[in-house]
Amino acid sequence: MMAPMTPATDKPDVATFQEGLWKDNPVFTMLLGLCPALAVSNTAINSLAMGLASTFVLLGSSTLISLLRHAIPKQVRIASYIIIIATFVTVVDYTIHAVSLELYNALGAFIQLIVVNCIILGRAEAYGSKYPPLKTLVNSLGMGVGFTMALLAVGGVREILGFGSFFGIPLFGSSFQPWAVFILPPGGFIVLSLWLFLFAWIKQRKEKVHAA
Amino acid sequence: MNQPIPQPPPPTPPSMRLIATLGLIAMFSGLAIVLVYQITFEPIARNRREALEKAVFDVLPNAVQRVNYRVDQDGLTRVEGNEVASANAYAGYTEDGRLVGLALPASARGYADVIRVLYGYDPVREIIIGFKVLQSAETPGLGDKIETDPAFLQNFEALSVKLNEEKSALLHDVVTVKRGQKNEPWQIDGITGATVSSMAIGQALRESTAELLPLLAPHVDVLREAPSSDGGTS
Repeated sequence: MMAPMTPATDKPDVATFQEGLWKDNPVFTMLLGLCPALAVSNTAINSLAMGLASTFVLLGSSTLISLLRHAIPKQVRIASYIIIIATFVTVVDYTIHAVSLELYNALGAFIQLIVVNCIILGRAEAYGSKYPPLKTLVNSLGMGVGFTMALLAVGGVREILGFGSFFGIPLFGSSFQPWAVFILPPGGFIVLSLWLFLFAWIKQRKEKVHAA
Repeated sequence: MNQPIPQPPPPTPPSMRLIATLGLIAMFSGLAIVLVYQITFEPIARNRREALEKAVFDVLPNAVQRVNYRVDQDGLTRVEGNEVASANAYAGYTEDGRLVGLALPASARGYADVIRVLYGYDPVREIIIGFKVLQSAETPGLGDKIETDPAFLQNFEALSVKLNEEKSALLHDVVTVKRGQKNEPWQIDGITGATVSSMAIGQALRESTAELLPLLAPHVDVLREAPSSDGGTS
């Protein structure tokens, strides 16, 4: 699932950042973090908030893990990573609670569930434990942006079809009959599968072009 | 505590090193969480208070001042300061001290989880003048119509909750009926496609009014007095 880490240098470059956007996009390519991608993507604003919260946790934890990568013995690394990730999640949880009760209620239990988002532990293990902090930071930022974009892609479509609005702004006027199924859990699966289909199709076409 | 243990890096480091690493990381993690908890404690409490305050003024139009009361079998007591959490009736007054009504809590089991609402009660006209959902996990797009459906919300502009002559019980219980079948002022027109949620609102209001309104009835004159200047402002 994990693509080979191409660059051998420790200096971050554009490719380090871009990895998470397209080639290794956490949701559309690696199929990681699907739980929040399905559960809190019923509106664009929820998607954005979840994406930003996950990105913050991802940046903080993977950078810190990269800083500590020589100090943490291999045998206890996973336990240490989980403690670090859980700490960042708790900080985000309290912060969102303090900033906006409304947002906190909308995101519900899913903030705490960032702890078990595979993207974050995956980055810690595959990147943070091997590369220096700056490179890890850049790569994690790319992954976070890629994750947020994927959530927005799913959430945007679901909100447009299910509520007839985008970021809460009505699009179609009062005569529009919303498709309630798109804001229910099945709608999440339908929209995600359509996006996956689209991405797989584009990839296949590209390969065919290369082969020709 | 964290004195360096001199040793060459063998395949497996001694257990002490592993324990010390985990211990240190856990300690710093605990410190960070306590720090954030301390910093955010006040804003979180303020947010909760503001949400309740906003809800009180939402269900009581034109109200700008609030007094918290606790009403039970022993009567009506004014609660302030740290005891505010025990309040179950919030009286709202206009600028010039006229009683707009009381904001009262109600809750019932909905489709997904308990729905908690705050409703506005006008003790003079004996009607419900509005309600606001404080907590709900109803299905988005269906059950949450209880907050957005204009026809449903119209039920709560003047929902009759008249007490009987002895002021011991409601003359007619609040009840949710099927959409379009409301023909009495104490009935709530339900929502098609959100039957369970709209029934839950009816049940919450029925239970809460049946319990609280007879308790409040003897104190209406006390409540109508303008709030004193020392407290009660938002």
